[in-house]
Amino acid sequence: MKRRVIMIILILLTFVLQTTLMQTFAIASVSPNLPIILTVSFALMRGKREGMFVGAFFGILMDIFYGPVLGFHMLLFTYVGYFNGFCYRIFYDDDIKMPVLLIAFSDLVYDLVVYLFQFFFRGRISLFFYLRRIIIPEVIYTALITLVVYRLLLALNHKLEKAEQRSVGSFV
Amino acid sequence: MKKKMNDSGKSKLVLTILTAVCVVLIILSFTTDAVSGPLHYVTGVITPIQSGMNAIGTWISDKGEYLFHTTDLRSENAGLQKKVDELTAENSDLLQNQDEYERLKDLLDLKDEYSNYPTIAARIIAKDSGNWFNVFTINKGSKDGIQEDMNVIADGGLVGIVTSVGSNWATVRSIIDDYSNVSAEISSTSDNCIIAGNLKLIDEGKISLVKLTDADNKVTVGDKVVTSEISNRFLPGILIGYVSEIGMDSNNLTKSGSITPVVDFRHLHEVLVITQLKNTDEAQKDIQSQAQSETEMILETETGKQTESSKQAGGEQ
Repeated sequence: MKRRVIMIILILLTFVLQTTLMQTFAIASVSPNLPIILTVSFALMRGKREGMFVGAFFGILMDIFYGPVLGFHMLLFTYVGYFNGFCYRIFYDDDIKMPVLLIAFSDLVYDLVVYLFQFFFRGRISLFFYLRRIIIPEVIYTALITLVVYRLLLALNHKLEKAEQRSVGSFV
Repeated sequence: MKKKMNDSGKSKLVLTILTAVCVVLIILSFTTDAVSGPLHYVTGVITPIQSGMNAIGTWISDKGEYLFHTTDLRSENAGLQKKVDELTAENSDLLQNQDEYERLKDLLDLKDEYSNYPTIAARIIAKDSGNWFNVFTINKGSKDGIQEDMNVIADGGLVGIVTSVGSNWATVRSIIDDYSNVSAEISSTSDNCIIAGNLKLIDEGKISLVKLTDADNKVTVGDKVVTSEISNRFLPGILIGYVSEIGMDSNNLTKSGSITPVVDFRHLHEVLVITQLKNTDEAQKDIQSQAQSETEMILETETGKQTESSKQAGGEQ
């Protein structure tokens, strides 16, 4: 229960940060993708289901506020959470290479899908321009931010897990 | 082992359910407006937090600028003071002309609607979460009388249009956004064109101009572009920008190019929302009633029993 409340607060806070401070401090008008970082991180640390829920929550927030189509980002983020959850079993906490790579890859896939559905299908076919202008800078920026953010999330997760172990009853 | 299988099965079930929900939402959002409405109200909680957080961001970047530019500001201030004196003199001159202008305007019965639109001031509090679009949130919503499709202006030019409204927030799609299409006209020649946002031109600070019909070859670089009368969402006569580049399309019928907007989209903090909606309902009704009377007329002719005179009466109804 406590975890759920904390997760909801964390997601809302991240969404607010993403839409305000991150946009103010965008480099070359590109800002990192915090929602992807959180979704992948929790999928890695907690498994498919939590990854999916975190992703779906972020997705619906984006759709309500900015999406032209309700459900598009929700679907995309749910799958990001699900597929990264496959690496839950083979993942060690202290190894930062894997989360960085997976987050960068997920961000790349996410951007390519957004490009495909919202640009390519409207006749904006010069993929290389969009790769250079948005996708690659965003992937790099996101990967760099991950180095910091991931450690914070890991610490938070450890704390929550310890608290859960102490109160045996609520440990699932 | 069994528990593990069970777990993965459960995950699959959750995935299926979530996918189904998303697909239903996507279909619904293409067909009706029923889902997004209530959701917009639920999320009103986030807006105040965004507002506060944005204030912090602006404060930090403002302080940074302040520290770096103090010396510049001093010399700028001296220059500006001189300018104020000049402008004060000029202003008193212009005020005299104003009276004359007012009289002449009344004479011509030119109603300057643009300056008479009722507006509400709003602050930009958040921007689109991704990097693909140029959509932003403002801190006024349906409580303040904002509705969907209201036009948004700043610096005396068109900024965009309200796309969704919550109780205390609204999102605005700016005209530089890749999805944006504004029906416009060249103010001097009244030739119609479309101002289409394009991500490729954003870095140059331009918007693309397409489908300009300019048979007389009169449109030149520097011409004023305003919103057109024929748009069904944008009020007529709002300044958008100036033509900066123009060329013939390969079909030799239309022209395209780019314009420079009057609004500085990079440094936009406050906007004005025009609370008057473009009212096309009346026109729509007119067209419908006309169509109906025409169908009636055709039906009457087809029955073939009416005389010439009664047909005319049917048409007049």
